[in-house]
Amino acid sequence: MATVTFTNNLKRYLSCPPQAVPAGTVAEALQRVFADNARLAGYILDDQDRLRKNIAIFVDGQMVQDRLHLTDALQPDSEVHVLQALSGG
Amino acid sequence: MNQKLRIGTRKGLFVYERTGKGQWRCGVPDFLGDPVSMVLRDPRNGNKYTALNLGHFGVKLHRAESGSREWTEIDAPKFPKSGDEDGPAVDLIWELVPGGADQPDTLWAGTIPGGLFKSTDRGESWTLIEPLWNRPERANWFGGGYDKPGIHSICVHPNNTRCVRLAISCGGVWESQDAGDTWTQTGQGLRAAFLPPDQAYNPVSQDPHRMVSCPASPDHMWIQHHNGIFRSDDGGHRWTEITDVPPSVFGFAVAVHPQDPNTAWFAPAIKDERRVPVDGKLIINRTRDGGKSFTALSNGLPQGPAYDLTYRHSLDVDDSGDILAFGSTTGGLWVSEDQGDHWQCLSEHLPPIYVVRFDKHF
Repeated sequence: MATVTFTNNLKRYLSCPPQAVPAGTVAEALQRVFADNARLAGYILDDQDRLRKNIAIFVDGQMVQDRLHLTDALQPDSEVHVLQALSGG
Repeated sequence: MNQKLRIGTRKGLFVYERTGKGQWRCGVPDFLGDPVSMVLRDPRNGNKYTALNLGHFGVKLHRAESGSREWTEIDAPKFPKSGDEDGPAVDLIWELVPGGADQPDTLWAGTIPGGLFKSTDRGESWTLIEPLWNRPERANWFGGGYDKPGIHSICVHPNNTRCVRLAISCGGVWESQDAGDTWTQTGQGLRAAFLPPDQAYNPVSQDPHRMVSCPASPDHMWIQHHNGIFRSDDGGHRWTEITDVPPSVFGFAVAVHPQDPNTAWFAPAIKDERRVPVDGKLIINRTRDGGKSFTALSNGLPQGPAYDLTYRHSLDVDDSGDILAFGSTTGGLWVSEDQGDHWQCLSEHLPPIYVVRFDKHF
């Protein structure tokens, strides 16, 4: 089971504890998380289900390569971190 | 019931309550730290709405039931999936208005990029008004200030709620007489000095910064345009430009008296790269004769140096037509209880103000 962990900054807006999900790709992992937490999807993906511009996803320490379709492969014990870029203001 | 004034800022929602003549009290802010792009209290049921632009996390919409401050996130307007890699996504909720009294659950939302959305269930779900989105003229819309065009002004005719008029920066003025099923470009007479001379009156390329309609006489409308001040007495079909309004015809905001269509207020600034008050003196301009003459109102406002700019949604008048408020990009908030003759500063230290709205009761 891959573990998906979300940035702590999201906790201001909604509950999104780490989840262990069976998934072969990043897209599959997110779909499984969103199936139980539909509101969370809109914080990570835009209207067209694209990864939001300032969201970054790391798999086992490596930033995902396919931001459009999120096809990066997961290992059974992968650690997926969904993070945000920093900004000022 | 005490009058309430909702202030949407870059750092949260602030609500001021009038507790007596000249007495205003600010409550604890909601959404502190989050950019608030639009606010609405629905006069038909007292429900309140706050639109957020969370940047990294997208556009969100929250609702609080009448009498409650408990906010619940509801679905925000969203474009349908297009299958294209560059398909549209909502960047900002720029306008939010109730439908008519005969449509108690209907809301309209205007967004960047240029989408008009309708909800018939108090914001639980939203539908893109595709007949407007699919108009071929949309190819000629363009951004003004923002990278993409946006719908910032929606006027629902109070006596014929199938009549909806709206304004787009930059895409001119549009009207539907059938609740959004078909659309007509109106706006004859609007003039854009920023276009080539032979295109100056092309209605599709106009940049109305803000359009308002007099509630008691809805066919009487005002526009604060990029290029100046315009008025219409036929529901926005034809517009008359009002020139020579000192200190400047440039600005973003306009408010119209709810009963008297000849009385309107404007927040002038230097056109157009500088966008600060003329000579550093903050004023509000008022006409009471339909634009034949204007009075610069400055009593109680900083007369320099002041660099406060008032955005398009940051000037409002209450139901009575007597109480006005406006806010600035530098966090100044002023109210007047005598149609602008005298002003009092409620705060010089709010975050940059995006929207100022009185709670309306009809």
